[in-house]
Amino acid sequence: MTRRKAVVAMSGGVDSSVAAATLVADGFDVTGIMLKLWRGESANTASGCCNVGAAEDARRVADVLDIPFYVLNLADRFENSVVKDFHDAYASGKTPNPCVRCNQWVKFDALFERAMALGADVLATGHYARVEQRDGRFRLLRGRDERKDQSYVLWMLTQHELARSCFPVGEHDKPETRRIAAELELRTATKPDSQEICFVPAGDFDAYVGAQMPDAARPGPIVDSGGRVLGRHRGIGRYTVGQRKGLGISVGVPLFVTEVDAHANAVVVGPRDELTVSELTVDEVIFGAEIPVPGIEVLVQHRAHGEVAPGTLHPQGHDRAVVRYHEPIEAVSPGQSAAFYDASTPEELIGGGIISATVAATAVA
Amino acid sequence: MHYLDHSATTPVLPEVRDAMLPFLEDDYGNPSSVHSPGRRAKEAVEDARDRVANAIGSSPAEVVFTGGGTDADNLAVKGGAQKLRGNGNHIVTTSFEHHGVLGPAEWLTGQGFEVTRVAVGPSGVVDPQVVASATRKSTVLVSVMTVNNEIGTIQPMAEIVDAVKSVNPNALVHTDAVQALGNLAIDVDLWGVDLAAFSAHKVGGPKGVGALFVRSGVPLEPVTHGGGQEHGLRSGTLNVPGIAGFGVAAEIAAKEVNEKQQHVRKLRDRLLAGIRSAVPDVVVNGDLDRRVAGNLNVCIPHAEGQILLLLLDQAGIACSSGSACASGAIDPSHVLLAIGVSRGLARGSLRFTFGRRSTDADVDAVLEVFEGIVAQARKVAA
Repeated sequence: MTRRKAVVAMSGGVDSSVAAATLVADGFDVTGIMLKLWRGESANTASGCCNVGAAEDARRVADVLDIPFYVLNLADRFENSVVKDFHDAYASGKTPNPCVRCNQWVKFDALFERAMALGADVLATGHYARVEQRDGRFRLLRGRDERKDQSYVLWMLTQHELARSCFPVGEHDKPETRRIAAELELRTATKPDSQEICFVPAGDFDAYVGAQMPDAARPGPIVDSGGRVLGRHRGIGRYTVGQRKGLGISVGVPLFVTEVDAHANAVVVGPRDELTVSELTVDEVIFGAEIPVPGIEVLVQHRAHGEVAPGTLHPQGHDRAVVRYHEPIEAVSPGQSAAFYDASTPEELIGGGIISATVAATAVA
Repeated sequence: MHYLDHSATTPVLPEVRDAMLPFLEDDYGNPSSVHSPGRRAKEAVEDARDRVANAIGSSPAEVVFTGGGTDADNLAVKGGAQKLRGNGNHIVTTSFEHHGVLGPAEWLTGQGFEVTRVAVGPSGVVDPQVVASATRKSTVLVSVMTVNNEIGTIQPMAEIVDAVKSVNPNALVHTDAVQALGNLAIDVDLWGVDLAAFSAHKVGGPKGVGALFVRSGVPLEPVTHGGGQEHGLRSGTLNVPGIAGFGVAAEIAAKEVNEKQQHVRKLRDRLLAGIRSAVPDVVVNGDLDRRVAGNLNVCIPHAEGQILLLLLDQAGIACSSGSACASGAIDPSHVLLAIGVSRGLARGSLRFTFGRRSTDADVDAVLEVFEGIVAQARKVAA
């Protein structure tokens, strides 16, 4: 029997290093691939996954595992999709999640396609998630380590990709991952987790807005829900729904950003009760295994590493869904992803999409 | 493994290895030392200098050993421009040079120099008149490569030197001749150049050794300062085993140049014919006739070179595509963009370069898999 072939997306971090090591141990014919996503040598020397130091780390891990290692240049794709979307979203008053978009358009699209062209049976990454086959369908489950779970950023995987994806560290918790790396003497064993957006230099988002997003850096008014001007903002790209700090306004009660109005170049603020949301409209929806019955009970996660809240899910048309929360929730930013977990099997992600609109709880009441 | 990447590097020849070995363990002296081990090492260096000089048509005193081709280019470009700073601040080069020249030229712009990079047409052959018209009274250095490293095209060096000198006789003319050695009969006097860079590992020598031809009387400012080796132009203890190997490699390269060209031309032509029948829309980059015989550079429309390269590697065939950056990723070739190939097409480039040990079996191996690999790579959207 011929060995199954796996391409592992290696970032130079400990998780993808252990993913590769696990597949080697499981008998796969493994090829490591790192993506070069940024033009020039390096966007971010401190963190991220596309600098030369990270490539050297990944290459040395591949050497230890005795697997072929290549760096694929997908900088044009990344720039024209993920970075462009990031800028467009901020300019239209939304708060994008570039890691989701990178998974959607780069890792599980451009890379996936190339891995398959190279003859791979599966594409593996270092995400904390799991894939399980049940009732004839491949299903995405949360990683065993609740605190590290990354299923939220993988909601876009369709059956086609789920059937050919694998997440070896999803079975472990993070300390276990590090222990495996240390046992194998991989040089990435103690490397800190990357936190920042890989293409924002030195993690300085404020400077990035000024330099790269002129449309989102134009000053404008801060207003309340009645349209009364309370102050000036420094460009809508620097504000996100739920934000309290940096408004520079004092009116006696704490004020929060409740809406970013790109059309009027205004930031809308209000007291905490104006942050509550009872309903979401979610677009670009993908259901990885099957389209659920309307009104299904779900747990909805609306930000990375955020809490889930119960509600019902109502698919509309081919790629839209409405979430009705049982109890109002706070601070939902359009542009972020909503991931749906089946309330009866709360580990299973059944779908997700991009939040396009919210209904304020006060409006319903 | 079928190795068709001889412009990247070549295996060390057995004769070269044998010439190097004594200087690793037995005759390990420092050629600057007065004692007999030092003198033996010094003799080996001077013997190699004679051989290299013979191979390029210079006198031995005009050969400066360096740490490789890029090292030699840096000495020529930075050293020449800075020494003649009193005459002007203008440099002429081409848009498709090796980074060994483009890098130092770019660095010099930060030192107050102005650099003109003349355009090169789709033929990949530089027009001497275009170089001449870019040359000014204030031009201190002109640098044009003899043979392009990616597309193999041969530049008319003698005509370029004549054209430049007729405009400004004081301008130094340098040529990066790294890809010329072993692929062309070399005579630096016939070319009339002032400076020429060479590298050992492209011709069966070891890596990390090169030479700069510096015409007698041509002024240069050193780039590396120290103990004053190599007439003060390239300080640092000489790499005796490497230099000894380079001497033998250069001698063999010059002696066997015609024989090798005939050998690799047959293989190259057969590979191209096979590729054309497998992939009829293949595009050959640069003039096929005015290039060294062992080079084939093509673009495969609607395919990514990086995927073709990986698939070929998996099939046991080593070739190259575009230019590798520090991380190992492949960027579209600046050479192909410089000769007018579109960015989209340039992404699908492949370079096959043959050496004296290449065989029909290497060509057969490529042709056996090529059509299937292209079909596989074309499944991937841009």
